[in-house]
Amino acid sequence: MNNTMPAAPATDDVAAHLGESSPGTHLERPDNPIMACEDVDIFYGDFKAVSNVSLQFGFNEITALIGPSGCGKSTVLRSLNRMNDLIEGARVEGTITFRGEEIYGKKVDPIEVRRRIGMVFQKANPFPKSIYDNVAYGPRVSGMKVESMDELVESSLRAAALWDEVKDKLKDSGLGLSGGQQQRLCIARTIAVRPDVILMDEPCSSLDPIATLRIEDLMHELKQDFSIVIVTHNMQQAARVADRTAFFTALSAEGSGDRTGVLVEYAPTRKIFDDPADQRTEDYVSGRFG
Amino acid sequence: MSSTAHRTSPAPKTSRGLKQTGFFQGERSPAALVVLFALWACLAFAVLFLLVLLVTTFLDGREMFSWHLITDYASSDPEQAGARAAILGSVWVIATTAVMTIPIGVAAAVYMEEFADHNKWWNRAIEVNVQNLAAVPSIIYGLVTLGVLTALNIVQRNIVIAGAIALSLLILPVVIVATREAIRSVPNEIRQGSLALGATQWQTTWRQVLPSSVPGIATGSILALSRAMGEAAPLLVLGALVFVTFDPTSIFDQFSTMPIQTFNWASRPQEEFHQLASATSILLLVLLLAMNAVAITIRNIYEKRW
Repeated sequence: MNNTMPAAPATDDVAAHLGESSPGTHLERPDNPIMACEDVDIFYGDFKAVSNVSLQFGFNEITALIGPSGCGKSTVLRSLNRMNDLIEGARVEGTITFRGEEIYGKKVDPIEVRRRIGMVFQKANPFPKSIYDNVAYGPRVSGMKVESMDELVESSLRAAALWDEVKDKLKDSGLGLSGGQQQRLCIARTIAVRPDVILMDEPCSSLDPIATLRIEDLMHELKQDFSIVIVTHNMQQAARVADRTAFFTALSAEGSGDRTGVLVEYAPTRKIFDDPADQRTEDYVSGRFG
Repeated sequence: MSSTAHRTSPAPKTSRGLKQTGFFQGERSPAALVVLFALWACLAFAVLFLLVLLVTTFLDGREMFSWHLITDYASSDPEQAGARAAILGSVWVIATTAVMTIPIGVAAAVYMEEFADHNKWWNRAIEVNVQNLAAVPSIIYGLVTLGVLTALNIVQRNIVIAGAIALSLLILPVVIVATREAIRSVPNEIRQGSLALGATQWQTTWRQVLPSSVPGIATGSILALSRAMGEAAPLLVLGALVFVTFDPTSIFDQFSTMPIQTFNWASRPQEEFHQLASATSILLLVLLLAMNAVAITIRNIYEKRW
């Protein structure tokens, strides 16, 4: 569908939906954004992976990024805590702010950014250490002043809804847990450093439906204390958990096969699913493409 | 018409059906059997050769197996002679080699894997040349060490530290390559997980990558050291073919090693010394096999945990 549409007008279309002049857009923005992207382009070498994204992430809200494969949603997510810095040739243009401060600023230490903006990955990646040490790792490496590490580990595991299952085997390896438990351990580990924002990159994609539901319930709980941005392939998941949803798609550049991700529509989740403003959003959420 | 009859009726023959073969076709064709037999013969020849060597060496040396071999110093009387100085010399040289090689080798590998920018030509040049160094004949390292010691005006070159330097140079590339392999086998998700929690690259390397690589590093290092233990050539160049009748007590003492003692005895005319050489060879072999067994045990205990 997107292939039939010329690139330039489509981008204008996007701008029309998000620009200041567009009526109603103001109401749909979070009142109290904790992070914001402004005209963000992301490149891998010469390849422009994401073009002209402007987004605001609400404080203590869950924001979902959805869209077909290759639309750049994971790339946007990874740029929010500078994990993209680790990929050779990756470059961000435009501004991304956290509490009003530019995270790609010259004097900003990416280590500090990642301590404030945590990340949970697609595949659960517990360290080959004990459950306790997995959770205590973040506070230890960041030199956090902790009154009692035992208490911090317990409260983090409780917050991740894992405490009851592991309280008797804290010294056992984190790799001995089930997939869903491992992912909750990774969430506990992220919570332990007390970030403001938690980024989740398809956190349930390798989990069964029951484990997925547990993580989704957990996200609703975590929302009280953290702002969450989640990338998901699962539209029902976005509909279930997210306060706001951003729909991305990929446009083919003229004359080359490179596909660049663009933001099509950003609105409260209910509006995206019930009354999308853009035809492409409607096609995607109703399962007609992607 | 029963369903059984329907099932047993032959399916229509198409080109996609499985071709039926006789006993001497396909993998059992004469050509395949000949090749298989040839492969077996090669393997059997290699194993047989090793067995014959082991058995004849054992038979040659068996009369000289006694506590004398371990407790006595070399002597001109074969009945009194033992390899005590050589055994202790080997232990001293290998221990010194390990202490010098492992930290340097691991540090070099960590730099190359975790920190070096592979787009820079000098880093790529270093990588290629480390591989090349692993293929340099051992005597060259002896000559290099000899040259450096001579340039430094050190007259007494047959000392533990000099031997250890030569052997270190020899096995350093092996340790580096083994450590790089071990580091590379640590999944990237572990590094990303650590960095995403706000750990620095140093902390990630030190607390995640290296501990996970220890089994691989230990295995590679032990195998490299057992190679160094069997080396005679670089030490001969340094003048280690001497008559040592005392225990080395520091890294600046003179030494002999087991391969050199074997070489020494094997070149004597008397039959008894040949037997002593065989006995020492067996002792060396037992030590090498023990080291390899330790390496294999470490590898099996810490098999992939991801």
